[in-house]
Amino acid sequence: MKFKSQAVAKPYFIFALILFAGQLLFGFILGLQYVVGDFLFPYLPFNVARMVHTNLLLVWLLFGFMGASYYLVPEECDTELHSPLLARILFWVFAAAGVATILGYLLVPYAELAELTYNNLLPTMGREFLEQPTITKIGIAVVCLGFIYNIGMTILKGRKTVINMVLITGLIGLAVFFLFSFYNPDNLVLDKYFWWWVVHLWVEGVWELILGAILAFTLIKVTGVDREVIEKWLYVIIGMALISGLIGMGHHYFWIGPGEYWLWLGSIFSALEPIPFFMMVMFAFKMVRQRRYDHGNKIAVTWALGTAVMGFLGAGVWGFIHTLAPVNYFTHGSQITAAHGHLAFFGAYVMIVLTIISYAMPIMRGRKQGNPIAAQKVEAAGFWFMCLSMMGITLALTVAGAYQVALQRIPEDAQALSFMATQDKLMPIYWVRLAFGGTFIIGVLMYFASFFVASKQAVTESQPEPVAAAVEAA
Amino acid sequence: MADQFNKGMARNIYYGGGVFFFLLLVGLTFDTMLELPKRDNRENITAQVAHGKEIWEENNCIGCHSLMGEGAYFAPELGNVFDRYGQGSEENFRQFMQSWMAIQPLKAKGRRQMPQFHLSEEEVNDLSAFLIWTSRIDDNNWPPNKQG
Repeated sequence: MKFKSQAVAKPYFIFALILFAGQLLFGFILGLQYVVGDFLFPYLPFNVARMVHTNLLLVWLLFGFMGASYYLVPEECDTELHSPLLARILFWVFAAAGVATILGYLLVPYAELAELTYNNLLPTMGREFLEQPTITKIGIAVVCLGFIYNIGMTILKGRKTVINMVLITGLIGLAVFFLFSFYNPDNLVLDKYFWWWVVHLWVEGVWELILGAILAFTLIKVTGVDREVIEKWLYVIIGMALISGLIGMGHHYFWIGPGEYWLWLGSIFSALEPIPFFMMVMFAFKMVRQRRYDHGNKIAVTWALGTAVMGFLGAGVWGFIHTLAPVNYFTHGSQITAAHGHLAFFGAYVMIVLTIISYAMPIMRGRKQGNPIAAQKVEAAGFWFMCLSMMGITLALTVAGAYQVALQRIPEDAQALSFMATQDKLMPIYWVRLAFGGTFIIGVLMYFASFFVASKQAVTESQPEPVAAAVEAA
Repeated sequence: MADQFNKGMARNIYYGGGVFFFLLLVGLTFDTMLELPKRDNRENITAQVAHGKEIWEENNCIGCHSLMGEGAYFAPELGNVFDRYGQGSEENFRQFMQSWMAIQPLKAKGRRQMPQFHLSEEEVNDLSAFLIWTSRIDDNNWPPNKQG
C-alpha cells in the first residue's frame, strides 16, 4: 500500500462480501420457491425475497465500487485521499441505510413500508430494482455525492491519469443517471422509458467505465505492462461500450410503447455490444502474456482474466442471443432474460469487484505479493466452483427459457400453454438450476475460507520475479 | 494494436463517440416524446388509472409478475391480462378481478401463492382500470399470443 488512506477501502470490501453472502442465501430461497411454490409462504413471499436478492446485489456492488475507488484513486493520484474521515462516515451511513432498508423489506409488508416512509409525498417505490423507499434513495444519492466529492478532490490535487479520469466519469454518470429514479409519472410508458435511464445506462453504460478502470488498474499492477499501452486499450474498449451501448438501449424499447424505429436501432446497436466485451478478453490475455514480471498474487490475475471472459459470455454472448427484435419478440421477459441477467451481472460486475478485492485485500493485510500459496489454491478452487456453477445456472435457465418460448410463446392462442402450465413443465430444469445454486454457494464458502488459510504463516516479502523474456529484452 | 494507432486517437474515439452517441440518444428521446402521445393512449389516464398504478407499485406486484415483459418471471404477464380474462368486456374483467383478488392465497399445496393484499373494492377496480389502460398501449403487438 503506497498511501495510508487507501486502507479505508477495507471495511467497504468486507461489508460488500457480507452482503454478497446474504444475496446468495436469498437467491437459494428463490430457486427453491421456483420448485416448491409455497416454500416459506406467507412469511417470506417470493417478491420480498427477490427484492432482497437484487437490492443486496446492487448495494454490495456499490460498496465494492466505492472500496475499489478509495483503494486505487490515491495510488493513481500519487497522493493521500482527500478525506479518509468522510469515507469512514459515509461507510457507516450507507451500511446503516442499507441494513435498515433490507430489514424494512423483511419485517414489514411492502405496502406498509411505503406508508411508513411517506411514499405518497414522492412516489418512487414498487418499480423493479428501484424498490427502495424514497428516503433510502435520497440517502443513496447523498452518499454517492459525498463519495464523488471525496474522490474528485483527491483527483484534483493529484495526478490525473487516464484510469482516474475514466473512473470518475463513470462514477459521476452513476450518480447523475440515478436521479432518474426520482421520476415516476402516472404514464407507465414514460415511467418505463426513463426507468431504463437508470438501469440500462448504469449496467450497459457508465458501469462499464468503472469496470474498465478497475480492470486496467489491476492489470497494470499484476503485469507491469507499460501504462501507455493499457490506457490505449481502455479508451478503445469504453469508447466502443458507449458507442454501442447508448443507442443499444433501444433493445429495451421494443415492446413498452416507443415507436418502431427502435426495433431497428436497438437491434443493430445492441448487436455491437459484445464487441467491447470481446476486446476486453483480448486486452486482458494480451497484457498478461506481455507481462514484465510474475506477480506473486496469481489468483488476482486469474480473477482479472476470468471477469473478462465471463463478462463477454454473460453480457456479450448471452445478451446477443436474444437482442435482435425478431428473436426478442418471443424471448422478452422469459427465462432467457433471467439466464442473461445472472451471467452478465456475475461475469462483469461481481467478478470485477472480486478481482480488485483479490488484488488489494492481501496488500492491505501486509502481503505485497499476495496471500500464501495455500490460500491462493483454496481461492482458485472457489473461483472455478463459482464460475462453473454460474455457467450451470445460466445453461439451465437458457434451456428453461427456450422450452418456455416453445410451449407458451410460439404457438397460436388456442394451442399455447398458459404461463403456470408451462412452469410446471419446466420443473426438472429448475431443480438443475437449484443444484448449481448450491454448488455456487459451496464455491463462495471456499472463497471465504481462503481468507483464513495459513493466515498465521509468515509472509515472505519477496520482490516480483522478472519474466525470462523481459530479462532477455533488457 | 498497431503502432500508428496511438493513445490520442483512442482518446478521440472515446470522447467523440461517447458525446456523439449520447447527443443522438437525447435527440431520439425528444423525437420519441413527440411520438408517444399517439401510442400510449395517455388521454385515457384517468384518476382511477393513476391510482391503480400507485396500488400496483405499493404492493410490489412487479416482484412476481411482469408488466409488458418487465419485472419478475415467477407469475404471469399482466400487460395483456385484460385480453386474457376480460373477454373484451371491462365489466367482466372488473368482476373477475374482484373475485380473483378475494380468494387469494389459493393454498394449493406446493403451488406458487399470491398473498392476500386486503384491497378494498374500489382499490381493485382502480387496479383493474390501470391494467385495462396498460393493455391498450401500442407496444408493437407484444406479446405474441394471449398467454403472455
